[in-house]
Amino acid sequence: MSGFANALASAAVVVTVAAVVALWRRRLRSILLALVVQGVGLGAVATLLAVHERDAGLVVVAALVLGVKAVLIPALLARVASASPDARESDPLVNVPASLVIAGLLTLVAFVAARPIVAIVGGPSGRLVPLGLATVLIGFFMMVARRRALSQIVGLLLVDNGVALTAFLVTSGVPVIVELGSSLDILFGVVVLRVLFARLSAIGVRDLDQLASLHD
Amino acid sequence: MVFALFAAPLVAGLVALAAPWRRAVAWLGALAAGIVLALGIALAARVEASGPLNDGVLRVDALGAFMVIVIGAVSVLATVRSVSYLTDDVASGHSTRRHAARYSMLVQAFIATMLLAVVANNVGVLWVAIEATTVVTTFLVGHHRTPSALEASWKYIIICSVGIAIAFLGTVLVYLAGVHAHLASPLDLTTLVAHAGQLNAPVVRVAFTLLVLGYGTKAGLVPLFSWLPDAHGQAPAPVSALMSGVLLSVALSAILRLRVVAVGALGPTFPRVLVLVIGLATLVVAASMLLVQRDLKRMLAYSTMENMGIMTVAGAVGGPLALSGVLLHVLGHGLVKGVLFLDAGEVLRLEGTTRLGALGGLLARRPAVGGLFALGLAGLVGLPPFSLFLSELTMLRAEADAGLWWIAGDVLAVLAVVVAAMFAHARTMLLGPSDASTTSPVSFVVPLGLALGAAVWIGLVAWPLAHLIALAARVVA
Repeated sequence: MSGFANALASAAVVVTVAAVVALWRRRLRSILLALVVQGVGLGAVATLLAVHERDAGLVVVAALVLGVKAVLIPALLARVASASPDARESDPLVNVPASLVIAGLLTLVAFVAARPIVAIVGGPSGRLVPLGLATVLIGFFMMVARRRALSQIVGLLLVDNGVALTAFLVTSGVPVIVELGSSLDILFGVVVLRVLFARLSAIGVRDLDQLASLHD
Repeated sequence: MVFALFAAPLVAGLVALAAPWRRAVAWLGALAAGIVLALGIALAARVEASGPLNDGVLRVDALGAFMVIVIGAVSVLATVRSVSYLTDDVASGHSTRRHAARYSMLVQAFIATMLLAVVANNVGVLWVAIEATTVVTTFLVGHHRTPSALEASWKYIIICSVGIAIAFLGTVLVYLAGVHAHLASPLDLTTLVAHAGQLNAPVVRVAFTLLVLGYGTKAGLVPLFSWLPDAHGQAPAPVSALMSGVLLSVALSAILRLRVVAVGALGPTFPRVLVLVIGLATLVVAASMLLVQRDLKRMLAYSTMENMGIMTVAGAVGGPLALSGVLLHVLGHGLVKGVLFLDAGEVLRLEGTTRLGALGGLLARRPAVGGLFALGLAGLVGLPPFSLFLSELTMLRAEADAGLWWIAGDVLAVLAVVVAAMFAHARTMLLGPSDASTTSPVSFVVPLGLALGAAVWIGLVAWPLAHLIALAARVVA
């Protein structure tokens, strides 16, 4: 394998491993650190592809991804963490060892499901597409298996990052205008979630189990 | 010309943001909605006369112009009612002027993002627009800041964000298929439709499935629909009217447009089966939830889901006749459901509850509120002379013509259950004795009455929309 292929594979692996770490750790600070690392890994994937394809537009996208996913979004969430320094996922629906086993199984599923896509993408990036899908699936799992409102936000961000990784790998990124729009949308989405989270905390709701007034 | 669409909501939104809130700010919002409606009619005339209008990544074809008219019409209704809604809310101390200003601004942003979604000719921009509708409506859903309202908005943004992430993956795969087929502009909807035959079929199959699931979340389709009754139940009435009346249809129109690409790449069978299964499942889930409803607003929300199911099934069958039925239904349902949600809002304001059991005797107690509800309900279940009668008949006829008798039969059976359930609920709520009788203000009766009148007009006379609907149906047939 060439240096480019090795570097790309390492960066993509960092993104997926960071998702597993976010699922594994209970302390909020560690989870946020995992998100930062994931953002950096994603930025590295974009940068590597930009250099390899000599694509100036992709350089802009890489900078944008780094700025939004590795700095802005974790910083927004860190303010929540600093409000409650030892915040942790107290009582997950699925315990940590079982979660890690499930994450392993989901990765296997991703490898099987990605086959038609891998077949037409090809090359060093095509082989890595399953890592993107695995990150998406781990994110979904985190959203259903954790009770804390903040864990749901993190799960959603894992899904978004997994989709972004897949996007970079299959097409070297969608055009800049779309990437710009989607990054902004996600940033606004996190701001909205952050404000909602604050409003929920203000009325004393921290576990989503406490939110059960609406049903048929 | 196309960009001019966004000017009025933009100005009204900025004014709401900058100026201290007054009644005039809310009226300005209604004026902006009126301008959107007028521009929609002008665009429709232009498209009918000289074909689609291109403007960069934006494009107004017959379907786009029709959807702009639908957005404009329901927005006028919702923003006009927002004036008294906000005035009452501020006067009673339920919201501060700042909240009212934020509400006015967000409603304009909501209208603008929906407009962008229906005139985008780029699947990436389409995605950005639909995602943006979620971001701007979340705070509208939670406007009242009660624990239930916050819960509803939390569920809304989390579930819709998941859906929209799935749709983004689908969009990326469409792009991949486009790049693989060496298309010049692989995100351009017109290009994708024209060259659908060259796209890699396995990738399009995965992409279309993801897109239907993803945008289906916003359209209230199975499986990610659980946000819908909560959000509609908790949002302020004019916002529920906008969401039920147009937002869901905007998401559905995105699915219909993408279906054309899928049919071109995969042949008719796979897209038809996928969309049909989701549509029928939505219909059955909605009908069974309607049977057990005890709350007025949630009942209306499930009825919206049921109507989305009917339209999705007809969209899956395809063909100009079915799609004409779908589009006529989009407009008729938008108007009638808008009226019903606004009426439910008035019920909540006057009676302090939307529990069906607690409302008995509404017709005798408040003849205008109860009477408009009864009329709206008659329209909703598809009684003539309302246009929903015609559109449902058209969709059923198209299904039967396509040889899919069993589908028409299924839909008809579910409709019978729904009608029975809605009438039973309406009887609980409307009938019964009451000692006092109060009248309602003109500002409530006139807009709702006019909207119901419009829903009758388009069914009976069809002028001037028949030609536009026929053209628009051909775009996605």
